[in-house]
Amino acid sequence: MEVFKGRAISPGKVEGESLVSKEPIGFYGGVDAKTGIFIEKGHELEGKSVKGKILVFPCGKGSTVGSYVIYGLAKNDQAPLAIVNKETETIVATGVILAGIPCIDGIPVEKISTGDHLVVDASAGTVSVTKKNQ
Amino acid sequence: MYLTNAEERILSGQNGEVMERMFRLLVRLGEIYGADKMIPVSSAQVAGVSYKSIGDPGIEFLEDYAGKDAKVTIVTFLNPSGMDIEDWQKLNFPPGFAEKQLRIMNAFKKMGIVVSATCTPYLAGNLPRFREHIAWSESSAISFSNSIIGARTNREGGPSALAAALTGVTPNYGLHLDENRKPQMVVEVSANLEDSADFGAVGYVVGKQVKNRIPYFKGIKDADTDQLKALGAAMAASGAVALYHIEGMTPEAHLMETKGLETLTVSDKNVEETFSKLSTGKEADIVILGCPHSSLREIMTVARKLEGKKLNKPLWVCTSRMVKEAANRMGFTQAIEAAGGKVVADTCMVVSPIEDMGYKTTAVNSGKAANYLPGFCKQSVIFGRLDNILAQVTE
Repeated sequence: MEVFKGRAISPGKVEGESLVSKEPIGFYGGVDAKTGIFIEKGHELEGKSVKGKILVFPCGKGSTVGSYVIYGLAKNDQAPLAIVNKETETIVATGVILAGIPCIDGIPVEKISTGDHLVVDASAGTVSVTKKNQ
Repeated sequence: MYLTNAEERILSGQNGEVMERMFRLLVRLGEIYGADKMIPVSSAQVAGVSYKSIGDPGIEFLEDYAGKDAKVTIVTFLNPSGMDIEDWQKLNFPPGFAEKQLRIMNAFKKMGIVVSATCTPYLAGNLPRFREHIAWSESSAISFSNSIIGARTNREGGPSALAAALTGVTPNYGLHLDENRKPQMVVEVSANLEDSADFGAVGYVVGKQVKNRIPYFKGIKDADTDQLKALGAAMAASGAVALYHIEGMTPEAHLMETKGLETLTVSDKNVEETFSKLSTGKEADIVILGCPHSSLREIMTVARKLEGKKLNKPLWVCTSRMVKEAANRMGFTQAIEAAGGKVVADTCMVVSPIEDMGYKTTAVNSGKAANYLPGFCKQSVIFGRLDNILAQVTE
């Protein structure tokens, strides 16, 4: 198990399976707030659901309405358990805080793969990673 | 970041979930941008109002927070909506769109926000003073209040402006501090500027070059507030300019040092090139004026120019409800209607769904609108001076 220390963006402690995107995510036009499914054409996570996963990606991109999409995911019970970023910019920060989704940034996201088991303690600012093949 | 005991209590949830999250948003933004503490703000302007911009996720958020009894604590005005709130049927706005838009307006009103629906709050009853700390979104209003009035605001987004409106504070960083209001580039204007569209063209050119820096203009001999609003709006749209200074004209210019700064020159040729570069259309389906929202003086000018004329294409003059009321009283609205045009309140060409109303080519006198219409509204654009674009649609 490896533990990374980052910065708390939105508090909370959860554990679960990771879903990793190497590309930035633009939530508006990228993820459907009603179904939790990636709808952006050609995105590496197209067709996948964020529900119940710990969503790991480098940073947000695109429209500021993305904040409201993150809020909508939580309201519609389709939200990721937590979000882990390299750098959380204002769109994602706004969304997770409004929605109350735990979020940490400053984490070397390239060291996490889809399916790894993560413990995200956003209040303490730590992410513990157990690789899926261990 | 230093927080008072009272602020710590908000963050621990003692004032409820809405206040906790809104305050947490401000704290995180403050940390990201290096703020030392919170400062009180006395006025807010909230953007993200049109159903076209915020969609169903926006409605859900606003109705939830309004339903949890979120109430603003300072005077808070609202950006334009996607339609004229009173005359949407007469103007053929789609009923499905209208139903969603009215839900959005009701949610804002429930939070105690003045549903002014204008991008020019300073012309409609929310006027800050010199050096007043405020939290505004709406890039053109940010530019006007920082530059022309000398009030102080960062470029807030819709949610962060709403958070400031509810909590009455904003993180102390960026343009709230003297040291961050200094010019970073000199713009020497040799172009002869007469029409508001000329100022919009200069703004477009300068915004592209300076991006999010602070320009200091030299060579602008005269300008009224309508022309300055056009200049700032275009710079904030083609770039991210939140503050500019003009030698001899804006309130902080005389405090500023420009020695050693890089200089950009804007000539008559640059202005003409901008008109032709942004004019991608041939024949207008509609003329839309009022980006940012028209002042009473601008509406009067249009009314006088249309005296005794007939329009052969639709014309919208967009403005706030407050200014339209004065235009009605003075007969300007009736004069524009007699020629076949409309004075449209609460909305504008950028945030209304004109692409779904059958319009493909829009003529404008605004550099900001010319910048946004191709992307936001799938329009071909004719960008020109008021007389030129009116001449194309009058008999």
